Amino acid sequence: MSTAPPPRDFGFGEDEQVLRDLAHRFLDEHMPVERLRALVAADPESAYERGERPAWDAGIWKQIGELGWAGLAVPESAGGVGGKMVAIAALVEEVGRHALPSPLVATLCAAFALREARTSFADAWLARIADGAAASLAITDARGSWDPEDCGVTARADGADLVLSGAAHFVQDAFKADFFVVSARGPKGLVLCAVPAGAAGSALEQNHIHDLTRDQATLRCDGVRVARADLISDDGAPTLRRAWPALLVAVAADLCGASEWQLQTTVEYAKQRKQFERQIGFFQAVKHPLVNAMIEIDRARSLLYHAACCIDTGDANAEVAARMAKSAASDAGAFISDRSVQLHGGIGFTWECDVHLFFKRSLHNQTLYGDGAYQRKLLAEQLIGPIGV
Amino acid sequence: MTTTSAEQREFAEYARRWLAENRPPAPPERMPVLPIEVGPGPLCEYLREWQQKCYDAGLVGADLPKEYGGGGHQGFQRIANREMSLAGTPYMVNVVALSMAIPTILVHGSEEQKKRFIPKALRCEEIWCQGFSEPGAGSDLASAQTSAARDGENWVVNGHKVWTSLGHIAQWMILLARTSKDHKYDGLTYFLCPIEGHPGVTVKPLIKMTGDSGFNEVFFENARIPDSLRLDAVGKGWTVAMTTLTYERGAAEGAGGGGGDRGSAIERLVELARASWRNGVRASDDPHTRDAIVQRAIVHEGMMQNMRRSRVPALCDHPMRLPLQMKVTGSEYSQHNARLGMDIAGAHGTLYKLDPAAPDDARWPIEYLDSYGHTIAAGTNEIQRNILGERVLGLPKSK
Repeated sequence: MSTAPPPRDFGFGEDEQVLRDLAHRFLDEHMPVERLRALVAADPESAYERGERPAWDAGIWKQIGELGWAGLAVPESAGGVGGKMVAIAALVEEVGRHALPSPLVATLCAAFALREARTSFADAWLARIADGAAASLAITDARGSWDPEDCGVTARADGADLVLSGAAHFVQDAFKADFFVVSARGPKGLVLCAVPAGAAGSALEQNHIHDLTRDQATLRCDGVRVARADLISDDGAPTLRRAWPALLVAVAADLCGASEWQLQTTVEYAKQRKQFERQIGFFQAVKHPLVNAMIEIDRARSLLYHAACCIDTGDANAEVAARMAKSAASDAGAFISDRSVQLHGGIGFTWECDVHLFFKRSLHNQTLYGDGAYQRKLLAEQLIGPIGV
Repeated sequence: MTTTSAEQREFAEYARRWLAENRPPAPPERMPVLPIEVGPGPLCEYLREWQQKCYDAGLVGADLPKEYGGGGHQGFQRIANREMSLAGTPYMVNVVALSMAIPTILVHGSEEQKKRFIPKALRCEEIWCQGFSEPGAGSDLASAQTSAARDGENWVVNGHKVWTSLGHIAQWMILLARTSKDHKYDGLTYFLCPIEGHPGVTVKPLIKMTGDSGFNEVFFENARIPDSLRLDAVGKGWTVAMTTLTYERGAAEGAGGGGGDRGSAIERLVELARASWRNGVRASDDPHTRDAIVQRAIVHEGMMQNMRRSRVPALCDHPMRLPLQMKVTGSEYSQHNARLGMDIAGAHGTLYKLDPAAPDDARWPIEYLDSYGHTIAAGTNEIQRNILGERVLGLPKSK
């Protein structure tokens, strides 16, 4: 698309920095870790024994709507801000660093798919996101396939309308969403449609998940009627494919932010905790893994900004860059999660210690849209070529 | 963020043109991976001439003050180095001088020392080596025992330095010696020491596990050097050595140019996998091999993007966080690549230098064996991890 050389600063200029720093201050104020713990982990039996949905603060989400964060992914033509992907990445890093329970990442991902649909119907739904609506992608089948071609919903034509049946699984923050972007197999291929939360014939079935900072559900469709205006794209698979690098960047950014929190928190603990009359950070068995985690996190972060920048400049390399970023972020997240619990010792294994909140959010994100090994499998097809040729 | 001025752009174009028009003939023998492994002989002469030519063209010493033979510019050297790497021209053999001795002399030397040593080092008329490590002082460099005793206007040096790269072709050495036993750090003094043909100095090659020589031991037996060759004050050697090490650890790019290799390490691994059979199947079809190659590609891209990000302060939490990682990540990246190359070659990975069936002239096992030089030298990667943990993460000092 562009022949200009890629910007050396990843396109991360003053505006992007102001936005990121503002997000940092806002989240420090509204979701310090003490508040997070009080909100989602006050009672260990709530989610895991009684099956209650993890709590979240709808008031913060309303303020985020006013700050226009989700609108960053909405083009100006659809009433949004049209922010750079590198700004969104830096912003979501802050969200991950605070393990914020909110529908922001799910909504951004829905917006990425909507804006790649490039239809006026999609723009109308994007405008709702710019106005503060929460959305979520309902595009995954029961087997948990991350291939956009696979979906668990079928669309049958009925006059001008479509009628949806089946189920979309692993829908992120489904109970916070105002509408869903559902992929369905129609008579002429994969379509994307918007389904408002609570639409007649639809039902949400809660998943009981380990992550306490989000909810997840199966969206069951039994004769959900979709009007022509809610058919976002009749070219569903290519639309999702175009959006995929941005989905990966968003989740990788959340992982990078959470990983940095885990690193810094464990470093602080290693400076305070004394054994054998020394701060445990003195011992290389503690120090070196933390340095290794830092190296992995930095690799993931640099790849993240690179991938975001490739999306912003329309670089043909965007998918490769985004898969590299997700692979690196998933693996860095797995490593620092493991070390953050282990190096906290006995206390790290308890409910009262904060590290498990980030540990579980990271675990969830490591898997979402494909773990490191899955990304590398697809990368190998691009970098080495298909098997057996 | 670095800004590129019109002057710098013009210089980059000039460098590119000059390198295209003055590409040197093929080297007389296989170039070692790193310039510090060059031995005496035709290759050394070839590289000396090349450095001189580059110096005359303004591609060496570009940012150094004019009064010491430099070009007097700002931000030109990095451009020259990048253009040399892109052009794939040979590296600068006087790498210890360029990346360690000259910057140290510039900071700590007298006017006389700067005028005497810098121009000749730039022109490669005098090659430098580094005399820091000793048999008993490796990672714990400050425990160096090689002594320099005052005798009137002279110093008398006795002791034993090891891992001295370029020692067998060098005329001069940057030497860290003990002038007092009473203080560990404050008992060290830094000298500029003549090596080649100097009475009392013996250079003996050390053979590496690859079977090649490449570095040396240097013995001092009552070697006398005048006080005028002392760099900075008596007892200030540790401070001066820290200046040297700061340059050494960030200076992988200081040598400019490359080993004449075209194409990336990843492409070479992919080519090797396509040509190799591993446990009876084509290696490029083996899922484990494919995953391993892609992991290397991700680490490589990560290093490139780290380099890019290190110049964007708004995206760096700590100014030294990325620069201090580069020695560890770079040396381990090369090591893991070479090791993977051997694995991919399967049974053929057992073949070494003289075997005509060895894939890629046995470069994979040679590079793998040699890679430990890089994970150990310039501060072992374990020491580098201590430094990262302490200076960047603020963890308590391990010692």
